[in-house]
Amino acid sequence: MFAGFMVNAWEIATIVAVVAGIVGFFVVLRGSAFPAHAIPNGAFAGAAGANLIGINPLVGLGAFALLAALGIGTLGRRGRRDVVTALALVLMLAIGAAFLSQSTEYEPEIFSLLFGEILGVSSGEILPVAILGLACVIAVGVLYRRLLLTSIIPEIAAAKGLQPHRVELAFLIVLACATTMTVPVVGALLIFTLMIGPPAAARCFTNRPGLALIISVAIALVTVWAAIACSFETNWPVGFYVGTYSAAGYGVGRAYAAWERRRGAQLGNKAR
Amino acid sequence: MSLLRLLFEPGFFSSAPVHTAVVIGAVTAVVSAVVGVFTVVRSQSFAGHALTDIATTGGSGAVYFGISPLAGFIGGGVAGGGAMDLIGVQRVRSRDLATGIVLGAATGLAALFLYLDATQSATTGVTQQILFGSIFTVSSSTIPAVVFFSAAVLLVIGAIYRPLLLSSVSPELASVRGVGLRVVGLLFMLALAVAVGLSSIAIGSILSTALLIGPAATALRLTRSIRGAMVVACLLGIATTWLGILLAYDSDYWDPSSQGLPVSFFIVAIAFLLYLLSGLAGVRRHVGRRDGDIPAREACGLGDDTTAKAVA
Repeated sequence: MFAGFMVNAWEIATIVAVVAGIVGFFVVLRGSAFPAHAIPNGAFAGAAGANLIGINPLVGLGAFALLAALGIGTLGRRGRRDVVTALALVLMLAIGAAFLSQSTEYEPEIFSLLFGEILGVSSGEILPVAILGLACVIAVGVLYRRLLLTSIIPEIAAAKGLQPHRVELAFLIVLACATTMTVPVVGALLIFTLMIGPPAAARCFTNRPGLALIISVAIALVTVWAAIACSFETNWPVGFYVGTYSAAGYGVGRAYAAWERRRGAQLGNKAR
Repeated sequence: MSLLRLLFEPGFFSSAPVHTAVVIGAVTAVVSAVVGVFTVVRSQSFAGHALTDIATTGGSGAVYFGISPLAGFIGGGVAGGGAMDLIGVQRVRSRDLATGIVLGAATGLAALFLYLDATQSATTGVTQQILFGSIFTVSSSTIPAVVFFSAAVLLVIGAIYRPLLLSSVSPELASVRGVGLRVVGLLFMLALAVAVGLSSIAIGSILSTALLIGPAATALRLTRSIRGAMVVACLLGIATTWLGILLAYDSDYWDPSSQGLPVSFFIVAIAFLLYLLSGLAGVRRHVGRRDGDIPAREACGLGDDTTAKAVA
């Protein structure tokens, strides 16, 4: 399980989980699950287009992810954000379908872009992912207070002169950056799952943002590590295990929150 | 005559796949438009889109277990819709999250089913077929089933129309008047799930979302009442679909050296353009707030009089 080629998988999974746990925390906090789903899925069109004209798929991926983030950020100011996100997503998917119809792309390629092939990562792919990941984490660190304020208490943020749409746009760009680095290695669907499940579970355990962020990263790490181990043993796709464990983690979180509420109520009764 | 020939490439009117596509396209466009108006007003676009992916999981599961894909798509959608409702898709605060969690779990399952499908049988093209679908590859034998389920969805929406309208535009008022928000919300989710499952198998998951959201959002910007928006959305949906089919058919003839472009590309491009144009058409009076949760009335241009009418 820890043979040469697997070491790459463990390393990349660890990087991806840390970034997903941190960026995902704000995705959940800000209710941005839809953009978090739309940007990686739509960006796949860019990879298809890059393949068609023969440039590095990463460039196409990055360009489309950025385009999606800017489009959702700017159009969403005037229209309803969920509508704009849905339309941007289908537009990009349709462009992707048009690209695919013009190329002789074969099926496994699509499958791997959507579901990733984390077990086939080469060691050369680790450094760029690590650098982009670090950039995302630093960006979140710089934006940390602003992101928290605009998501939790928008009134105070406004009073402090923060412009929510600028913060939103900056966050969407971070999301696009995180996407570009992760889609080729873990797939568009898996990164979305990692950005939602662990942070949502973490928020069930605590109300303190800093602590929740740490728990979120911890759950994301456990999820991917367990998923890779199980995938290695059973040969079933990693995505299946990540999806199942993320949902299970959230289920545990909800159960804990319910138990905590009941215990709180009982303590209250005793005190009386 | 020459103009007509310019517009319609040879064989358009006599091609059987085109006939099927025109019928299926129109039926799904109408159902999507009616359900879509409520989806947009209730800010459930994400759920509407996620259900296509979840229905797809059902479809790939059906391939694995060897049952009818239609049952898989609709069953998957209904199970997903029910799960979202359970987690709390009706509450504004957890709406986004409920959809995301269910979508994540469903895509994980889809990965497993597609993997098992691929290893078990040599059905090449299954992934692409399930993910992208094509209106031209629908078999005409699917039409009765599509029509039946479409009618069922429209009947459900018709039956809960008033409470649904009231709970969509003003949940507070609805609960005061004793409307069972929970039941109405669940019934709508299930109707949405069936409609989406149906359109995903008939026209593919991309078009399913495009036809659900595009025409409805455009119509809501152009009209001032829900009923009017539904009519406009139906017309826009049908027009978009038919024009897209025509352009896709014609595109095979544009450049003899290359393949034509997929129909989904044209339909989505038209729907997107119409939405952008409707924004320019001077609905500036309803400049929305930046945040996701715009009160429905404000966002779709419904004055208080409509709410009043809905109550009356």
